[in-house]
Amino acid sequence: MSFVENYKEHFEQLLSVKDKKELSGIRENAFNAFAEFGIPTSKHEEWKYTRIGALFNRPYRFLLDPSHAVTVADIDAFRLPGHQEANELIFVNGIFSSALSKIISKGLAVVPLEEAAADSRYKQLVAAHFGNSGHYLKDGINALNTALVNGAVFVQLTKGMAVGLPVYIYNINDARKENIFSQPRSLIHVTENAQLQIVETYFTLGVEESFTNQVMEIVVEENALLEYYKIQNDAGNANQVSTTHIRQAGRSYVHTVTVSLNGGIVRNNLNMILEAERCESHLYGLYFQKGKSHIDNHTVVDNVKPNCFSNELYKGVMNDESTGVFNGKIFVRQQAQKTNAFQSNKNILLSDDASVNTKPQLEIFADDVKCSHGCTVGQLDEEALFYLQSRGIGQKMARSLLIQAFASDILEHVKLAAIRKHVEHLVAERLEF
Amino acid sequence: MLNIQNLQAGIEGRQILRGINLEIKAGEVHAIMGPNGSGKSTLASVLAGKQNYEVTSGSVEFLGKNLLALSPEARAAEGLFLAFQYPVEVPGLSTTNFIKTAVNEIRKYHGREPLDAVSFLKMMKQKMALVNIDQSLLSRPLNEGFSGGEKKRNEIFQMAMLEPKLAILDETDSGLDIDAIRIVSNGVNKLRTKDNAVLVVTHYQRLLDYIVPDFVHVLYNGRIVKSGTKELALELEERGYDFIRNEADVEQEA
Ligand SMILES: Nc1ncnc2c1ncn2[C@@H]1O[C@H](COP(=O)(O)OP(=O)(O)OP(=O)(O)O)[C@@H](O)[C@H]1O
Ligand SMILES: [Mg+2]
Repeated sequence: MSFVENYKEHFEQLLSVKDKKELSGIRENAFNAFAEFGIPTSKHEEWKYTRIGALFNRPYRFLLDPSHAVTVADIDAFRLPGHQEANELIFVNGIFSSALSKIISKGLAVVPLEEAAADSRYKQLVAAHFGNSGHYLKDGINALNTALVNGAVFVQLTKGMAVGLPVYIYNINDARKENIFSQPRSLIHVTENAQLQIVETYFTLGVEESFTNQVMEIVVEENALLEYYKIQNDAGNANQVSTTHIRQAGRSYVHTVTVSLNGGIVRNNLNMILEAERCESHLYGLYFQKGKSHIDNHTVVDNVKPNCFSNELYKGVMNDESTGVFNGKIFVRQQAQKTNAFQSNKNILLSDDASVNTKPQLEIFADDVKCSHGCTVGQLDEEALFYLQSRGIGQKMARSLLIQAFASDILEHVKLAAIRKHVEHLVAERLEF
Repeated sequence: MLNIQNLQAGIEGRQILRGINLEIKAGEVHAIMGPNGSGKSTLASVLAGKQNYEVTSGSVEFLGKNLLALSPEARAAEGLFLAFQYPVEVPGLSTTNFIKTAVNEIRKYHGREPLDAVSFLKMMKQKMALVNIDQSLLSRPLNEGFSGGEKKRNEIFQMAMLEPKLAILDETDSGLDIDAIRIVSNGVNKLRTKDNAVLVVTHYQRLLDYIVPDFVHVLYNGRIVKSGTKELALELEERGYDFIRNEADVEQEA
């Protein structure tokens, strides 16, 4: 049975068991799109250096219902520091578990997406934003998540609320018995003047394979603020395509830091759509890879209206036989005069067998803009290494200090102190080569 | 303390040092002068253990050990210090953290515990006063955006912190203003004891007014072609390198 046929079966099963008519139109369109696009091969422009096809040829368990096999104790082992003082949203095998989740902030609504789609308070929002990422990601993988949406969640932060406590999101795959295919899905609405901090992480239990195909769509309304931190440090048996699609309204502020330390094949799509004037976006990323892991960061900053500002800095440290891809697109639409958009990608290869493909892509249709981009791929600076060694610092320690120094201007942008320390610790651990 | 015999070294097959002989005893100050490109920094780098230079012949003994067999970090731990002509900038690494790591790595080499925070701060304060360096400089990333003079001062501060047996100062005076030369030289002089030694590389007699050498050597085309006392520096200042060149070239032909 071909992959499409196999998933068609799931799709039909899902429709018959779980259908809520509000989403069925979108679902059906998405399934058709999936059938049309299929799984991208390396001939697909956006998938040239990330071969994802083979992952789809493996047998996976695809679950319709929440698994009860994952216990609180399983999760405790992976909780992020500061969790006592955080809201926690937990997805198991891609399905939101309200039993395991913890919502403690006032003004934070967390509703199953199917319910939100039928609820008069949220209905219009869902209709306006659910599936918007499909306009930017013309591939079967994004469509597949929408077509098979199940156990998704809608999150809304009330107008003007600054959630004092961050929201931690855990995506857990239970691969203790079998290969798991999971598709977490969420739609997050940060209303006018509200402020939200999100920290998201992923982990796979057990040694079988997991494949996470995640789509998160976030809407940041006027004058609202979003900080979003993604920490990827799953094992080599965990593969994922993780899409974070953020639409910004006027004067909104978005700050993201993506830290990728381990995994099998990891592909991140981060889209920032600056749809009104005076939006500000910061995109930071650090990837530090080992073994045969593969990391691919595709980012889009789409400047639709005038007077927006964006700054992007991604840094990579590649060891062993790891491979990396950076693709950063900046669009400046015709109307978007006075855009300021900066982008930079810097890489250090620690081994001869590691490699990075980096590609900035600027498409500018306005004439009064300031845009810059640059990328570098190199080795650790030999002169600096010698300088440190000449002060008595052993070679291993000297390398480690230089890498930490290289990473520091990404990690300093993690504003949640507990999380920053945690990530610095993970990096320091990794440096004990 | 340091005994260099017929040291020949080069880079990428190109010979730069063509047989250096030099002996430095504890308590002494030596100065090396010589025209641009004569090999002064190369000599300093080879002594400090820079990897891309290839030693093709000769030997270097440092405090009874075969220096050339040691890693750069072991040389430093054994008491060799090089104040760089061009100190490297390392964005993201705080100067204080760098120095603390260096101090503790050297202690570790000698089987000693790391210095506790209080003792380290006390030591920092004391040495900062010695070379007149500001705290604000030390909390910045290592040499990043430092002025030429600040970088040189930072080198001498590091030397003060690491208390080497042999300090090689490669053109530490260039880039320093008149006051700074005095301050830095004073610092170097205060750190002198009968057990340590200093090798200064300089183009100018001026520095040698402050750090008074016992011996002055002229390096020309990869060899020490003339040695003398501090008067030699004065003579060079007056006559330039031409007379040395002529003497050396005549010798080479013969
Ligand atoms: N890494 C290198 N690669 C190629 N050539 C080098 C390298 N390092 C030094 N050299 C060459 O070796 C010669 C000696 O250089 P060195 O820096 O030792 O001179 P110096 O005496 O310190 O000069 P200055 O007074 O200008 O500092 C020069 O011709 C220089 O170009
Ligand atoms: Mg020099």
